[in-house]
Amino acid sequence: MGRHEIAYTALGAVVDPELDEPITTLGFVRSLVVSPGGNVKVHLRLPTSFCSPNFAYLMASDAKDALTKLYWTRRVVVELDDHHDSAIINAGLAADAGYRGTFGHEAEESLDELRETFRRKAHTAAMERCLTALLRADPQRPESSLGDVRLYDLPDDATTESLLRRRRGLGLSTEPDALVMVDHLGRGYALDDVPLALRRARSTRISIDGNAHFCRGLLRTRYGEPDVTTFVPLNTLMTEEGALR
Amino acid sequence: MYRKDGTSYYIVDAHVALWDARPENQRNIHGKQFIDCFYDYHRNLSPKSEVWSYEEYLYQGGERLMKDLFTDGYVDHAIFQPAALGEFYYKGFGQTDEASELAAEHPDKLTYNHNWDPRNGEAGMDQLRVDAERFGLKGVKLYTAEWHGDSRGWRLDDPWAYRYFELCRELGIRNIHVHKGPTIRPLDRDAFDVADVDHVATDFTDLNFVVEHCGLPRLEDFCWIATQEPNVHAGLAVAMPFIHTRPRYFAQIIGELLYWIGEDRIQFSSDYALWTPRWLIEALVDFQIPEDLGEYAPITTEQKKKILGLNAAKMYDIPVPAELQLPEADETAVGPRGADDLVGA
Repeated sequence: MGRHEIAYTALGAVVDPELDEPITTLGFVRSLVVSPGGNVKVHLRLPTSFCSPNFAYLMASDAKDALTKLYWTRRVVVELDDHHDSAIINAGLAADAGYRGTFGHEAEESLDELRETFRRKAHTAAMERCLTALLRADPQRPESSLGDVRLYDLPDDATTESLLRRRRGLGLSTEPDALVMVDHLGRGYALDDVPLALRRARSTRISIDGNAHFCRGLLRTRYGEPDVTTFVPLNTLMTEEGALR
Repeated sequence: MYRKDGTSYYIVDAHVALWDARPENQRNIHGKQFIDCFYDYHRNLSPKSEVWSYEEYLYQGGERLMKDLFTDGYVDHAIFQPAALGEFYYKGFGQTDEASELAAEHPDKLTYNHNWDPRNGEAGMDQLRVDAERFGLKGVKLYTAEWHGDSRGWRLDDPWAYRYFELCRELGIRNIHVHKGPTIRPLDRDAFDVADVDHVATDFTDLNFVVEHCGLPRLEDFCWIATQEPNVHAGLAVAMPFIHTRPRYFAQIIGELLYWIGEDRIQFSSDYALWTPRWLIEALVDFQIPEDLGEYAPITTEQKKKILGLNAAKMYDIPVPAELQLPEADETAVGPRGADDLVGA
């Protein structure tokens, strides 16, 4: 793998916390330039100027961290384009000012709690996708039985793999006999509580799915480009300016 | 009024605006960014035939509004929900004089709601008293993501907001339309968090809280709150146009709302001029939840009538012609509901 590809892959580990998807597949990476000496410059873009600045900052600073961690990178510049807070965020990133240093009086402590909130939602949605798939496969199955489903009952597919990843993110068990339907602390649900908990999880999943689609659509409308969701060899995406088309 | 297949619907468009986003009114780059964001919403979610040019989108004026809503759009009554955005636009975004004069000219067709900002303190409360009298306010539109000096957002449960709600109560302003934009301060928390709706709805049970775009992008949190607070309602601004671009997602939104909060607390709106009402009304009347989404019951004609107008008419005491009303549930005590419909059948 060439350095450009390595850098792009590293950016794939940065997720939009709200949409629970990598910024690379969402099309948020506008351009990536890697110099022979190991200097890296990334431009990020978002679906609207008014996307939440805290999420915008999280993604931009995570992107800088992900690239800085590569042993060969030297100067890493990450810039967010066309956002109402572009100037504030870009200055903060350039100075490595951190969250509070970047936003001043608008920042209180940290963005850890925010991140955690959305990790939990991502887990809830992944769990619902697995359980609803079981229901759809067997419409006769009573909803309340879902409270007893174990990880080994799930098919070996992408939906299950996604749930396991979210569980690792929250520090929940991934042992085969672990219960699937659990809250963020790994606690299961009493039989009577299962249907309502499933309904709540479903509304979380619908919210996240809906936002992801809307954001993708808006990005496409805003920049007039197709989704960069299918893999295309990176060298064919590079223009002379180094922009991803 | 809209009529299809022998059924007539009374239409209230519960969220419309008369805005001016032309360059000469833009105070700074954010004025342009804001209307560009709206225009992208418009282009992204409208059928091709309904997409306006950018120039048309910047400003419509009263005449065009009357045509789009009432001549072409089947709407019987519409409610202005203006956003001030004084930090982005010299004369503000929602045009107070033009819209309120239009409403005064057509009181049978238009209701003018105004807005307030708790960061204006005592002076703002005095202004609200004046505005309530000047416009005969029944409702207000609150935009929590409004910028104000070096503050870029506020919460409904801020102490100053509570003083304004108490004043609303005193002035008889009972309908509070809440637009949860991305509130910035403090950045530590989710900018779209709707938890403050929960607090005020509990503390002001005599006020109605209509949460616009039904809490999106936090539909799940909104549903959970609304299911517990009987005075919390869902406004369908921004959610409506998904009926065209993503009907299955729209079905899930409506399915969730009907399940969690029920058919009496959902209000239709086009969010004009973001979108125009005509195609949205036609689509909603034709709409059905797909059969393979077995987790939701089909949507009924009665539910559509309530959503399209009867719910908002009730909240705003807008008179609805007898033939467009639904039989009151109470009336069934003395006979089978709908018996009148059978006469002559």
